[in-house]
Amino acid sequence: MSRGALTGSRIRERRNMLGMRQADLARNVGISASYLNLIEHNRRRIGGKLLMDIAHTLDVEPAALSEGAEAHLVARLREAAADGGKRTEIDRVDEFAGRFPGWAELVVDKQRRVTALERTVEVLTDRLTHDPFLSAALHDILTAVTSIRSTSSILVETPELEPEWRSRFHRNINEDSQRLSEASRSLVTYLDGVDDIDASSTSPQEELEAFLGAFDFHFPELEEPVEEGTIENLVSGADLLRSGSARTLAAAHLYQYAEDARRVPLAKLRGVLGTHGLEPAMLAGALAVDLPTIFRRLAALPREMGYGPIGLVACDASGTLVFRKQIEGFPLPRFGAACPLWPLFRSLSQPMMPLLMDLAQSGRGAGHFRTYSIAQPVGDLSFGKTMRFEASMLVIPEEDALEKSYDVVGVSCRICPRSDCGARREPSILAEGF
Amino acid sequence: MGKRVLLIEDEPNIIEAISFILSRDGWEVDTHANGTDAVDKVNRRQPDLVILDVMLPGRSGFDILKELRANAPTAGLPVLMLTARGQTKDRETAQALGASRFMTKPFSNAEVLESVRALAAGVQAQG
Repeated sequence: MSRGALTGSRIRERRNMLGMRQADLARNVGISASYLNLIEHNRRRIGGKLLMDIAHTLDVEPAALSEGAEAHLVARLREAAADGGKRTEIDRVDEFAGRFPGWAELVVDKQRRVTALERTVEVLTDRLTHDPFLSAALHDILTAVTSIRSTSSILVETPELEPEWRSRFHRNINEDSQRLSEASRSLVTYLDGVDDIDASSTSPQEELEAFLGAFDFHFPELEEPVEEGTIENLVSGADLLRSGSARTLAAAHLYQYAEDARRVPLAKLRGVLGTHGLEPAMLAGALAVDLPTIFRRLAALPREMGYGPIGLVACDASGTLVFRKQIEGFPLPRFGAACPLWPLFRSLSQPMMPLLMDLAQSGRGAGHFRTYSIAQPVGDLSFGKTMRFEASMLVIPEEDALEKSYDVVGVSCRICPRSDCGARREPSILAEGF
Repeated sequence: MGKRVLLIEDEPNIIEAISFILSRDGWEVDTHANGTDAVDKVNRRQPDLVILDVMLPGRSGFDILKELRANAPTAGLPVLMLTARGQTKDRETAQALGASRFMTKPFSNAEVLESVRALAAGVQAQG
């Protein structure tokens, strides 16, 4: 049904508002009352002179009858219906919007609210899955619960248990329940501190990360010579970039991406990778670009090239992470500052000096990584002005080799189990840290 | 199939509880508490079955499983994976790497016995 169909409902509403009878209006514009009735019930399309006449008689602008907010309303209603309205009379949507504009708006409002809430749930789920603080604390709690469950059922189900065993298991339960209460207390403390659970309060950085993540950090359209407007379209078409700041960040990132791709085209990169492998310094030398450029290009490799996940973190001189590409096993903290032992930060005190370090994560089940870091000046140099530095660190997972020594680093002090660390800023929330 | 099980898990109280249950069921239980040299231990002891925690200090259980599957003598060894995170992703990883069975913490003693007996009887992966 066309948008014109709405017009009838609006004519009827306006006529009723004026207290005018159908027959009177029909006579005034020179049509039969039954024909007007068909129009008013949206069974006949109307336009041209007749619409002008009716509008004139009803003392409104013709446009107010023929188009309006309802078109938007109808579109929204259709969306709502598409999202699970199996029994909606979709062919009568115009009539609904026209005859019950208040109800229709309510439906649309509710639909909008549901969408917003769904989004919040998504963000929260994502947090729960990826927040290293939470997963470490939960691991602790589950471990204690597992042990208590198993031990207590032994006590209950083994009546003939020897006294030594019995007292040993009692002691274990006592230990574990203490541990459980410590762990749950620290979890509660942590959750109390996390008050930004509203989806709208995710930081622009997080939005950028989610956006880049959705593209797997690779943009085929920017690997070719970039056409006018490509970047703007990518940014404006992205649902994940909700704030203006996030869109600004994304555009800046994509411009940098396009510039990097122009200087180091994928085909050329593929060639030197074939010769040198994942050796950033060799690659930078062969391509005559600086290390941060190579880092960014490697972190943007398409998955199908088979070099596996490659992480990248960059920070400014304050140590604030300004770019994050997280990979499995090397989590980056969502809140607060990162582990000060990362070579990323060390490189800031040795600008221009490439640092190679093999790292192991301090937590359980965490992996081993080879990292390459360098701090370099950014922006234009000018006399009398302070030089700005940014550091970046490329993170490549590797199979651990027993004969190699790894520097042990953490994610962030709060969830780091290492007890002998001089760089610790605050106590760990993990029970084993107490 | 024999009845020698190697439990690779780093929580002393869980080790104690599982060892107790399995010993009462007639298993000879050997334990190992870190990931770093777990593969060595498996190779030296040659157990009939391995219970392997995912979250170990030093080396992840997934890496250990991968190495066990890559070596001919342990490629077919029944491995029961334990994890505190029952997420689909962990489960998929464990299955892809060739875990024979998968158990999520917290588990009941009955589940442990049932899984171990089923593996011993040659009933393979049903997750």
